Amino acid sequence: MAGMNSHDEALREARPFALSGKAKLGLIAVIVYAVFASTQLGFSWDRFQAGLGHGARFLSRMFPPSLERLDVLWQGIAESLEIAVLASTLGILLSLPISLLGARNLMPSWATWPARAIVSLCRALHPVIVAIIFVKAVGFGALAGVLALSVASIGFIGKLFTEAIEEISLKQVEAVRASGASFANVILYAVLPQVFARFVGFATYQLDSNLRNSTMVGIVGAGGIGGTLFSAFQRFDYDFVCTILATIIAIIMLGELLARVVRAILLDNVSLADLLRGSAGGRKHAAANADAPAARTALRPGAGTAGGDA
Amino acid sequence: MNETTHIPRPQASSTAGALPDTWIRYTRGQRLLRFVLYLLFVLAIVQSIRTIDVIPEFLYDAPTQMADLVNRMWPVAWASFPGTIQQALIETLHMATLGTILAVIMAVPVGLAAAGNLTPYRLVNVLARFILVSSRSINSLVWALLFIAIFGPGPLAGTIAIAFRSIGFIGKLLGEAIEDAHPGPVEALTATGARTSAIIGYGYWPQIRPAFWSIVLLRWDINVRESAVLGLVGAGGIGMALNSAMDLFQWDKVALILVLIFTIVILAEILITRARRKLL
Repeated sequence: MAGMNSHDEALREARPFALSGKAKLGLIAVIVYAVFASTQLGFSWDRFQAGLGHGARFLSRMFPPSLERLDVLWQGIAESLEIAVLASTLGILLSLPISLLGARNLMPSWATWPARAIVSLCRALHPVIVAIIFVKAVGFGALAGVLALSVASIGFIGKLFTEAIEEISLKQVEAVRASGASFANVILYAVLPQVFARFVGFATYQLDSNLRNSTMVGIVGAGGIGGTLFSAFQRFDYDFVCTILATIIAIIMLGELLARVVRAILLDNVSLADLLRGSAGGRKHAAANADAPAARTALRPGAGTAGGDA
Repeated sequence: MNETTHIPRPQASSTAGALPDTWIRYTRGQRLLRFVLYLLFVLAIVQSIRTIDVIPEFLYDAPTQMADLVNRMWPVAWASFPGTIQQALIETLHMATLGTILAVIMAVPVGLAAAGNLTPYRLVNVLARFILVSSRSINSLVWALLFIAIFGPGPLAGTIAIAFRSIGFIGKLLGEAIEDAHPGPVEALTATGARTSAIIGYGYWPQIRPAFWSIVLLRWDINVRESAVLGLVGAGGIGMALNSAMDLFQWDKVALILVLIFTIVILAEILITRARRKLL
């Protein structure tokens, strides 16, 4: 019996589920860094506590949401939607030829590197900074927002679509070429059908993300609901802020739903009857597709620049 | 009626009884729905173009304005880098990193609760997903505005804004990674009578570890970009320096700040590519 006991104790001593030394060291390093950075930024417990008091007052002033200036709200929302639609259209239309030019398996290197440089440049700067530059160039208003978000769309779709084209099977390209097709026909009948599904995925994802971003570019004067939101904050109209935020969240959720329906129709060939019945299989596939770009971005090496609004 | 029987892939259905003589890729219902969809797209675009406010004079003026901008930005004010701008740059990096750490601490429980296979309570899943969607729907600039109203302007508001915006991103991708995990090791551990923490630590964690690190690294990279603009609304970091330089029309200083932001963004990307190679 005594032997059994010591064996048990030895097992308990071993602690198979304990953290390894390396993990402990890493954890300590993170904590030390967090304390160091907090003091650098001048965080203090008093400030945090004072903030919590402000937070309670702030929340109480947000409710009930104000429904007085619904016309202002609607104007801003309509402009945001217009910015999102036009920026997506422009961005998608421009990124199509750029991606084709940037695909290394179809084009010579004198065509690929300028196309790739354009895409990298579009991706490098945050949409808000691009919006600032466009506000200076074309003045305050929705046009600056459309242009800024178009640039962001080219950066995102251009990169992912180029990669999609580079991954196609060249057998179909060869087959179409062997039939004597022109270059345009090769693109149209051998390349695009292979990447259409991916392209629809990226495009709906980008529409969704432009919808989110169109609510923000207004903060720097590029049109949309962001400007209304920013001025409501500056005038301490927190009840109106609450209305605007609730509307934005509702619209973004609707946008996600819409993107899902579009993917179901274009990718799963859902018919009207299925849509009304709510076919579960198609929906599941569409949901899996919806997150494809974000997940792909997350798990791909060196893809950090693609996202920002997943 | 052909469209009442749903045929997902017409090519595969050649064995399914009476077929029309000519091959038609889509059924009538599918074609109709596609047509309606395209029509709606075109209508949305046309409507947007018609109603959007564009002042043509501003548009004709754009090339001159751009030339003027470039003129004023050149030469870049390199001399003003030491001092406030350098400090603001370091503040930006601290905000991004601290925000990411905070976000991971808050997002992990929500992500675990959102994963259907780990948390078999439908209500908890729905609640967790709602938290994740709200976090992602509100832009980090808007989060910053909210926290400025609470904590006042400064890096504290910016850091917490970054953390709250990142919860949705990290939690969502983490929850999906957990749902994709293979159930075998988990079942084996459950059979030994392991505690929940051990099941998570030894059943799920080894499987989601690569995904976890790439999610965190990616989010840190995004946060570096975002923390650079949060200052535009007063939430600390280099954006504040950018904002004041723009307000004072010191475009040469603006150029310097833009170059700096560009540089740290590129450096952050190089860094995460390196770290990814080492960690994964």
